[in-house]
Amino acid sequence: MSDPSPTPSADHPAGERDDLLAALKEAVVAAAIAFGLFALLIGIRTEQGPSGALVIVTRFGALAGFVAAAFVGRFIFAIARHRFTVPANFIVLPAIRKSAAAFSPYFALALLIFALLVPILFYRNNYLLDLAILIVTYIMLGFGLNIVVGLAGLLDLGYVAFYAVGAYSYALIAQDFGLSFWVCLPLAGIFAAFAGLLLGFPVLRLRGDYLAIVTLGFGEIIRLVLLNWQNLTGGPNGISGIPRPSFFGLPFNSSAHGFAATFGLHYSPTHRVVFLYYLILALALVTNWVTLRLRRLPIGRAWEALREDEIACRALGINTTTTKLTAFAMGAMFGGFAGAFFATRQSFISPESFTFSESALVLAIVVLGGMGSQLGVVLAATVMLGGFELFREFDQYRMLVFGAAMVAIVIYRPRGLVATRTPSVSLRQRKDIPADIVRGARTESPA
Amino acid sequence: MSAAPVLKVEHLTMRFGGLTAVSELSFDAGRREITALIGPNGAGKTTLFNCITGFYKPTVGRLLLTHSDGETFLLERLPEFRIAKEARVARTFQNVRLFAGMTLLENLIVAQHNKLMAASGFTVLGLLGSPSYARTERSAIDKARYWLDRVGLTDRADDPAGALPYGAQRRLEVARAMCTDPVLLCLDEPAAGLNNRESAELNGFLRAIRDEHGISILLIEHDMGVVMEISDRIVVLDYGIKIADGAPAEVRNDPSVIAAYLGVSDEEALTPQAERM
Amino acid sequence: MEYFVQQLINGITLGSIYGLIAIGYTMVYGIIGMINFAHGDIFMVGAFLSLIAFLVLVAFGITAVPLALLIVLLVSMALTALYGWTVERIAYRPLRHSFRLAPLISAIGMSIVLQNYVQIAQGARVKPLPPLVQGGYTLFEGNNFAVRLSNIQIIVVVSTILLMAGFSYVVARTRLGRNMRACEQDLKMAALVGINVDRTISLTFVIGAALAAVAGLMFLLYYGVVDFFIGFLAGVKAFTAAVLGGIGSLPGAMIGGILIGLIETMWSAYFSIEYKDVAAFAILIIVLIFLPTGLLGRPEVEKV
Repeated sequence: MSDPSPTPSADHPAGERDDLLAALKEAVVAAAIAFGLFALLIGIRTEQGPSGALVIVTRFGALAGFVAAAFVGRFIFAIARHRFTVPANFIVLPAIRKSAAAFSPYFALALLIFALLVPILFYRNNYLLDLAILIVTYIMLGFGLNIVVGLAGLLDLGYVAFYAVGAYSYALIAQDFGLSFWVCLPLAGIFAAFAGLLLGFPVLRLRGDYLAIVTLGFGEIIRLVLLNWQNLTGGPNGISGIPRPSFFGLPFNSSAHGFAATFGLHYSPTHRVVFLYYLILALALVTNWVTLRLRRLPIGRAWEALREDEIACRALGINTTTTKLTAFAMGAMFGGFAGAFFATRQSFISPESFTFSESALVLAIVVLGGMGSQLGVVLAATVMLGGFELFREFDQYRMLVFGAAMVAIVIYRPRGLVATRTPSVSLRQRKDIPADIVRGARTESPA
Repeated sequence: MSAAPVLKVEHLTMRFGGLTAVSELSFDAGRREITALIGPNGAGKTTLFNCITGFYKPTVGRLLLTHSDGETFLLERLPEFRIAKEARVARTFQNVRLFAGMTLLENLIVAQHNKLMAASGFTVLGLLGSPSYARTERSAIDKARYWLDRVGLTDRADDPAGALPYGAQRRLEVARAMCTDPVLLCLDEPAAGLNNRESAELNGFLRAIRDEHGISILLIEHDMGVVMEISDRIVVLDYGIKIADGAPAEVRNDPSVIAAYLGVSDEEALTPQAERM
Repeated sequence: MEYFVQQLINGITLGSIYGLIAIGYTMVYGIIGMINFAHGDIFMVGAFLSLIAFLVLVAFGITAVPLALLIVLLVSMALTALYGWTVERIAYRPLRHSFRLAPLISAIGMSIVLQNYVQIAQGARVKPLPPLVQGGYTLFEGNNFAVRLSNIQIIVVVSTILLMAGFSYVVARTRLGRNMRACEQDLKMAALVGINVDRTISLTFVIGAALAAVAGLMFLLYYGVVDFFIGFLAGVKAFTAAVLGGIGSLPGAMIGGILIGLIETMWSAYFSIEYKDVAAFAILIIVLIFLPTGLLGRPEVEKV
C-alpha cells in the first residue's frame, strides 16, 4: 500500500548517515520510555510469599526484552519513514468508500442469505452455533443502541440497564406467571421501554458529556439494585430455572409430545439451539426492519435532525423533548427484547452479566460500525466478537489484544467501518454522504 | 382578515444578570409588511429575535402575535417549538444552522415534521404503510421542490447541506423556514456575505414572499442597500433602546440614527448612508 | 454526634482521594473536551507502582517510613506521569481533530488495555500491604465512641490541600497555567498566537496523571490493599465528582470529590452499605436536574 519513492539521501552517504543517527536517537528515546514504563510493572512481579505477605520476583529478562523490542521497533519505523513516504489514507479510502456504496445492497443480501443458512452449514458444530447466537444477540443490541447513539446522537453509556431490565422482567414474569415466551417477550420490552423513559426524563436538558455520565450511573444503579434486592432478584445468585423455549408449545425434549417426536425426527439437543438461533435472527431482522422504516418516517428524520442541530429542530417546531424520549424508549425496548431472549436462552441470569463492560462493548460496536449504519453494526459485531473467539487459546492476553484492537481500529477509521450515511429520501438520485460532514454524537454543544 | 399588526412588541426588557440587552422596547410589525431592525452591533437585535422566537424568556414585556383570522398568541409564554409550530413564527440564524449531514431535500422535509407526523398517525400508520401518509409525504416533497426552485438549489437537492457554499447555505435556510408555512418570518442577516447581484436577488425574493404568499417579514440586517430598498418600516436600536421607528425615508434622515451609526458632528451627518453605497 | 464527626472525617479523607483523581478528569475535559475513560486506570497504575516501589525499597533495606514515602511518592508520580503521557500520545493525539466519540472509544480501549496489562503482569489477585503509617490521635470521646483522626488521614488531607494550592497557583500565575487556560478557551486561537498546543495538552495529561498517582499512593496507604479493578469504580466516582462540581472547574472537582466521599461514607454509615454507590449516582442525577451544568459549572447560555 505504501508508495516507495526513494529519497535523495540514498545518493548522499552523509545524508544517509544523518538519517541513521536520527533514527538511532529516536530508538534510544523509545527504549528509555519503555524502560520507564515497564521497569516496575514488568521487571518486578509481586507474589504471595510463604507468610502471606508479598514478595518480589525479578523478571529482568522480560524487561530487557520489552526495552529491546521498543528500541528495534522504533529504529525500523524511523528508517522506514525516511525511506518511504506513506501516503495519507485518502488514496485508499475513497476506493473503499465507492466500492462499499456500490456493493452495499448486494453485500447486505449476501450476508442475510449466509445468516439464514448458518444453522444448516454448521449443524454439527454446537460451538459455532452458540457463537452465532452470541453474535446475533449483540447485533440486535447494536441495532437498539444505534437508534439512541447513531441516529439521535444521544450518548448513552448505560445501555446494559435495558438489557438487564428486559432479562429480569422476562425471568420473573415467566417464572411467576407461567406465561409463554410470546407473551412475556413484549411485556419485557414494555418494562424496558418504561425504564428508558425513566432514564430519559432527568437527562433531557443535559449536554452530551453530562448525559454520558448520568446514563452510566443509571446502568450502574440498575446493576446494584439487581445485586442487592435479594427478595425480588435473588441478588448475586440471580434467577435460575427460567423456562426454556419451546416450539410454539412443543417442548424441545425427547418425550412423545416433544418437538422431535411431533416432526418425526430423531431427538437432538441441537434442535433447540437451532430454534434459538432463528429466534434471535428473527428478532434482529425485525429490529432492523423497524429501524429502517423509522428512518424514513418523520420520527426517524427528527432523530437525525436532533443529532445534527438541536436548536434548529426547536426553531422548526419539533418537540425535542418527546423526540428524545421516543429515542430512549425505542432503543430501550429493543434492548429489552434482547434481554428477554438472553434470559430464555441461558435459563439462568445474574447481575454479573450486566456490567459496564457490556455497555462499552455495544457502544464500541455502534461507533466502530459507523454511526447510524445498520450494516456497520453487523460487520463490527461479527469482527469484534468473532475475532475475540478466534483468539480463545490466548486466554488472558485476549482482552488485552481486544482493547488494543479497539484503539487501533478507531485510530485508523475513526468514523467506523461504514463511513457513509445514506439519505432517507431523494429527489433524483440517492447519493451517500461521507461521514465527516455528518455530526456524530456530540460531547460539547456548539458555541 | 385582522387589521391588527402581526406582531406587537410591548415594553420588552431583557436582562442577563447585570447586563440589560434590550430595554423598554415597543414597536409594531405590520401584517404583510417587511419590517427591518437595524442598529450597530450589540444593539440587542438578535436578543430581540431570540425573545420573539422563544429561545430567551423576556425579563419583562409582552409579545403579542395575531394571525389573520384573529387568533392571538402570547409569545413570551410559549416554548420555542410551540412558537414555531402553533404561532407559526419561523426564523433563520446569524450563524447558519443547517442539518449538515442531511441532504437539502431532507432539510426541507424535516421542516414539515409536524404535518407529516400527524399524517403518519404518530408513526403507527406510517409504519403500516398507510396510503394517506404516502400522499402527505409526496406533497411535502412537492413543497420542498417548490422552495428549492425558488432559491435556485434544485440541482443540488440530493447533496449534503454541509457541502454547500456559504451563500447557498443561507438561501437554503430561508427555503427551509418557508417550508413551515409561517405567518411571520424572522430573518437574521440574510444578506450577510452576499455581493451586489445576490443582494438584488434577495430583495426580489423577499418582496415576492411578502406579495405572493402574504407573509410578514421581520429582518435584521446591516446591508443598508437591502434595508432601504425593501423595507416598509424600519426600527432602529442602539444599546437596547429604540431610537427611531418609521418609514425608510424618515429614518434615513433621522439625526439620532446617523449619530448612532457614525457618531459624528452635525455637518457630516447630512449625507445619508444609503446613497453612499 | 461523635459517630457523625467520625464519618465526617472519614468522608473528607475519601473525598480528597476522589478529588485528586477528579482534577485529572476535569482538566482534560476542559482543554480538549474529551472524557478520559482511562484515567481511573492510570490511578490504579499509580497505586501499583507505589506498591512495587515500596517493596523494592524494603528489599534494599530502606525502611525509614518518611524517607520511603518520599521516594515512593516521587517515583510513582514520575512513572505514572509517563504512563499518562504515553496514553495521550498513542491513543488520543491521532484523534484530536476527529469526531467527538472517537477518542471516547479509544479511551475505553486503553482502559481495557491498562487493566489487563496490570492483571497479566502482576496477577489477578488482590495485593495487600502491611500498614505503613500507623497511629493517630483521639480527638474526643463521648457516648462510648472515640473520634479518631489517624495519621494517614492527616497525610491525605494535608497533601491534597498542598497539591490543590500548588496547582491553583500554577494555573493562575505561571505561563503553563496561562497556556492551559488559553487552550481551554479556544484551541485554534491558542495555536495561532504561538502556544505549543501539543505540549500544553501533553502537560495537562501529565499533571493529571501525577495527581492520580498521589491519589493511588494515598489509597494504598489508607486501605492497605490494591487490585487491578480499583480503577474502574474509583474512576467512575471521580468522574461523577467532576461532573457534580461542574466539569471544567478545578475547585468544582475538589468540591465534587469531597461531596461524593461524604455521601458515600454517610450513606454506608447511616443507611446501608450496599447501596452507597447508588446514593452517589442518585445525588448526581438530582443535582443535574436542577443545575444542568453542575454546582460550579459555567451556566450555559447557548449562543443562538
